[in-house]
Amino acid sequence: MRVLVAMSGGVDSSVAAARLVAEGHEVVGATLKLWGGPQSSGCCSVADVDDARRVAQQLGIPHHVFNLTEDFERDVVDPYVVAHAEGRTPNPCIECNRHIKFERLLERARRLGFDRLATGHHAQVRERGGRFALLRGADAAKDQSYVLSMLGQSQLGAIVLPVGTMTKTQVRAEAASLGLRTAAKPDSQDVCFIHDGEGRDGFLSSRLELHGGEVVDDASGVPLGAVDAVELVTVGQRRGMPAGSTRRYAVAVDVRARRVRVADAARAVVDEVSLVPGTVTWVDRPLADGDEAVAQASAHGRPARCIVRVGGGGGGSGEPVAGTGEDRPVVVCRFHTPQRPVAPGQTLAFYDAADPDAVRGAGIVAGCRRLG
Amino acid sequence: MDRRTPGGPPLTYLDHAASAPMRDEVVEAMAPFAARVFGHPSGHHRQARAARQALEDARDRVAELLEAAPREVVFTCGGTEADNLAVFGVLGAAVQRRPGDATVVVSSSVEHAAVLEACRAASARLHGVVHQRVGVDSHGVLDLSRLAQSLDDDVALVTVMLANNEVGTVQPLGDVVALTRSLAPQAVVHTDAVQAAPWLDVARAAPGVDLVSVSAHKLGGPKGAGALVVREGTELEALFVGGGQERERRAGTHDVAGAVGLATALAAVARERESESARVGALRDQLADGLLHAVPAVTEAADRKFVLPGHCHLCFAGVDREELVVLLDEAGICVSGGAACASGALEPSHVLAAMGVPAPIASGSIRFSLGHTTTADDVERALAVVPEAVARLRG
Repeated sequence: MRVLVAMSGGVDSSVAAARLVAEGHEVVGATLKLWGGPQSSGCCSVADVDDARRVAQQLGIPHHVFNLTEDFERDVVDPYVVAHAEGRTPNPCIECNRHIKFERLLERARRLGFDRLATGHHAQVRERGGRFALLRGADAAKDQSYVLSMLGQSQLGAIVLPVGTMTKTQVRAEAASLGLRTAAKPDSQDVCFIHDGEGRDGFLSSRLELHGGEVVDDASGVPLGAVDAVELVTVGQRRGMPAGSTRRYAVAVDVRARRVRVADAARAVVDEVSLVPGTVTWVDRPLADGDEAVAQASAHGRPARCIVRVGGGGGGSGEPVAGTGEDRPVVVCRFHTPQRPVAPGQTLAFYDAADPDAVRGAGIVAGCRRLG
Repeated sequence: MDRRTPGGPPLTYLDHAASAPMRDEVVEAMAPFAARVFGHPSGHHRQARAARQALEDARDRVAELLEAAPREVVFTCGGTEADNLAVFGVLGAAVQRRPGDATVVVSSSVEHAAVLEACRAASARLHGVVHQRVGVDSHGVLDLSRLAQSLDDDVALVTVMLANNEVGTVQPLGDVVALTRSLAPQAVVHTDAVQAAPWLDVARAAPGVDLVSVSAHKLGGPKGAGALVVREGTELEALFVGGGQERERRAGTHDVAGAVGLATALAAVARERESESARVGALRDQLADGLLHAVPAVTEAADRKFVLPGHCHLCFAGVDREELVVLLDEAGICVSGGAACASGALEPSHVLAAMGVPAPIASGSIRFSLGHTTTADDVERALAVVPEAVARLRG
């Protein structure tokens, strides 16, 4: 096969490339330049590109650098900023995978005549009777199936994830035994386009007009305090919220009204999460109304059992369709036990109830129903 | 050029403007100074004297070919250093001469990064220095009326490239010098002739300039060697100080082999200039006309009457240059998609932007550059491969 490997300059994609070369494939490496701004680590610093290039040289494969900064700005960074302006908290890694790696780069790989696109993600693609399943990575602690949960058949059939069957320890050991310079490189942390010096708040404050707001008790509406910037408050957040006799959590952010509603732990929990119509995607067969599933609301969040309710709108299956979403089915995840609130904008991933390593689909959270 | 990469397709090298293959006679001329004659040319024994003689012979030759006096030639480690020395050297001296006054450097908006970034850095580092850019027309030719408007007594340096590295457009340096002399008599004129030197007689094409940058590897010489011609009387502050070499304009042990390589390459170019310009110009026309004919929705960046004989810069609408460079590379055809940033990624072209080329068209731009090793076979191969590659990417 001709395989294009997305090489971030990290150890996982280095070993992914090495394994494909060892398997005898015709391998070409590509590093994406996604961000022009300052950054401490992440996907696209010059040092990371250098590492990727040196690993490619060591493996004897061609290496290219693709400049996708404009796409990244348009499809990842701008929406990230806009979402915060509207009180939502998106996951930029998911949007990068959705729009950049598994759309723009995958299209490019196809145009350039590659049979497959490979990445260093810790997840597994398994073919079952001509259909493709997406499974958790073998290393539970490093599993990245959540950030790939929005992939569908057309992408899964075109990708390889060579390190998904390995533990991180095995990956590092293999890199070390091959003498790859990335063997001991620390894992990348946090959002690649935000550098340590500024943090998320610093980054957003440079791109957004921030507004102070009041903090009120969710049940009574009684004012409890104030925040400097409602845009920087995430549902579920405790830091910066006025404490009463118990800890209080943000349960709703209304940017327009400049108001954050808070509740104590007992009243902050939710039993239902609804997804934005039109953002729901399925790996293969869609979940139907009443199906049992397991839901996960963050990259390393605790999976929780739930029942999926599908109602309203038109058909209930298939790939996402761009548009208003009004004619799309409303998908709701109803938990068996109360859960911490999930911020609007986050992605909720569904796993199979009987095979909890298998991703079934995903959608972007519209809101939660609180028990309190 | 009939070379093969082991196991790969035949190599069709159409990136001479990035770097031209070393000429055999250059390799031969440099060989003794890369090995046998190793003395420090500033020393006082027979080894040193031999190196010194080679160095000064090279200087004489470069001076003669650029119509300068030998003492006006400053050897540098390439075009970028020559450009930096010109910009920082002139502005640094000007700021010292008249501290407190505004000191203006005027450049075209399409200069090589070595000049643009030097001007930007100089205005950040040197007190009172201001950088003004003068725009170009849709062919990349400097707007002389705008230049005239920017010239006054505050201007210390006017720097305009003799030919552009991306699109190959030649600038009217004679007019630039004349305007500067009459409107900014205190200013000196620098030209980055790095791209032009393989094709034009620099002394004829840029008459009366005060400073000229050249680079050996564009001429079929070695990388890491170049020169700045500094007309007698031009005040210049050194970038490097130390051993006082190059009449205290560029300290550091001389790269004798590099200087010999530069002189040999420049001499070869001068000897072949007329015949090679005609030969390569005809091949370039064949390539450009052939692609314009065979591929739909292609535009030539600049009218060929303004362009160096080796440049063929085309914009393929609806194609991403990064992808076309990769496909052509896989077919053994080496071309350029533009300038790269520190990571190696292609950056949007400031040259095409200054020429008013819309971004979606500029994103499909490819520079084919021909040179002394280019043959009719190279052009034929490109004509056979490029249309198919473009069609494939357009889907």
